[in-house]
Amino acid sequence: MTEIHRFGNIVSPITCHAWNKDRTQIALSPNNHEVHIYHRSGSEWKLLDTLNQHDLRVMGIDWAPNTNRIVTCAADRNAYVWTQDKENKWKPTLVLLRINRAATCVKWSPLENKFAVGSGARLISVCYFESENDWWVSKHIKKPIRSTVTCLDWHPNNVLLAAGSTDFKVRVFSAYIKDIEKTPEATPWGSKMPLGQLMVEFVNSEGGGGWVHSVSFCPDGNKVCWVAHDSSINMADATAGSVVHKLRTEYLPFLSCTWINNKSVIAAGHSCIPIMYSVDGNGQPIFVAKLDASQKKESGGLSAMRMFHSLDKQARVETSDTNLDSIHQNAITCLCIHSGTREKVLKISTSGADGQLVIWDLNTLERSIQNMRID
Amino acid sequence: MAKNTSSSAFRKIDIDQYSEDNFKEDETDSGVAVGPDENEVNSLLQKGKIVDALKMVLNNAPFGIKNPQIKENAFNLTLRVLLAIKPSQIEEMVNSLDMDMLDTLMKYVYKGFEYPSEGSSMHLLLWHEKIYNVGGVGCIVRVLSDTRRV
Repeated sequence: MTEIHRFGNIVSPITCHAWNKDRTQIALSPNNHEVHIYHRSGSEWKLLDTLNQHDLRVMGIDWAPNTNRIVTCAADRNAYVWTQDKENKWKPTLVLLRINRAATCVKWSPLENKFAVGSGARLISVCYFESENDWWVSKHIKKPIRSTVTCLDWHPNNVLLAAGSTDFKVRVFSAYIKDIEKTPEATPWGSKMPLGQLMVEFVNSEGGGGWVHSVSFCPDGNKVCWVAHDSSINMADATAGSVVHKLRTEYLPFLSCTWINNKSVIAAGHSCIPIMYSVDGNGQPIFVAKLDASQKKESGGLSAMRMFHSLDKQARVETSDTNLDSIHQNAITCLCIHSGTREKVLKISTSGADGQLVIWDLNTLERSIQNMRID
Repeated sequence: MAKNTSSSAFRKIDIDQYSEDNFKEDETDSGVAVGPDENEVNSLLQKGKIVDALKMVLNNAPFGIKNPQIKENAFNLTLRVLLAIKPSQIEEMVNSLDMDMLDTLMKYVYKGFEYPSEGSSMHLLLWHEKIYNVGGVGCIVRVLSDTRRV
């Protein structure tokens, strides 16, 4: 079943969310400078802790499952790594990002020994822990990024990093830190990987095509998928010459995308509905199914009561129904894998500007939605 | 100080000119394409091959060309083709186009709204409705997000 959750009396948008390892706790930001940690018991959510260290809006949260550390970044140009002390209180450590613009996104690497932060300073900070000095330091990837980095994703080999930017391009970089790791093995993206090496650069479309909103490596790391503000979903395969295959959709732009296995992607955004796409034999993305098949519910009750209800809730006099016929009532801004492995995702979670968190069970949906096949 | 706070003149100062590595658009002027051939389109129109004329102007739209004269000629020609098509034929025409052409067509429709002539907007609204039925909101979003103007 599709589960719908709300957190206490939060009505503000959820900027982003991240799960702990066993999915009993969630870290989310209610569109301000705070990060809230909730614990789930049954269908109830209990506020465990508030991470209150940032001065400006939190832009990214990531929770490393195995080392149980949270990293947050915000528009105040800072990132903090949070660790739990003996009383289970979260304690921050400042990371030296050395940037002069907002930090926009953050992702732990698969091995959790480093993380990358994208920023408005047209660079990516790759951060790792320097045990000699006992703090987190960063190295910069600068060239040839020409505008704000909006999204990041790590290749499963813990070295390559995909970055989407507002200069309408997607790039794959090497984020190899020689102080802390062994020389990486060659991949279809290339064999020489010093830090900052540009492996490949994709232009979103000849006509610019708007900001890149989200980028994702597929589980085997050979394909990359991204969504941009021209309502498109794009794929490129390193083993097939890195040719960009683009599908222009009839929906509003997607804001987030993730692979659920080596063949299928789920994307969600301004249309408020997660949509599944898969890659055909030629590498072209094709539409599979909408995950949200809800029909508009007829809200019962007398019209006078409905009028006062809408007057009360939305300060509107007319009774016109403003509900969308989807579960999310506003743009979906964040999409995470909830359960399963990267090769076979079982559930995904979405959160958005309507303050809801929705957990989608892909197996039940596959049975109930026509034409939806997950390989 | 207090007197000046309502002044917004400072917003018009181009601060980026002082930055050495400010963002520059990719140079898109290819200088090769010259837009659709007017004579050919006219002859197609006279022969009644309206679909071919429409495809011709859409496939040869002068993207990325800086010369405003070429753009204006292409726009006027396209508008003439659009207005020459009867309202009853629009749906059939739209269905015969692929997504790339629909995007270009939608750009011309919006440009037509921008520079209206007698009775043109009413006709273009019909076009807009039919294109929207096929291309959805994505088509409109691409008019807004694309930097290649017609």
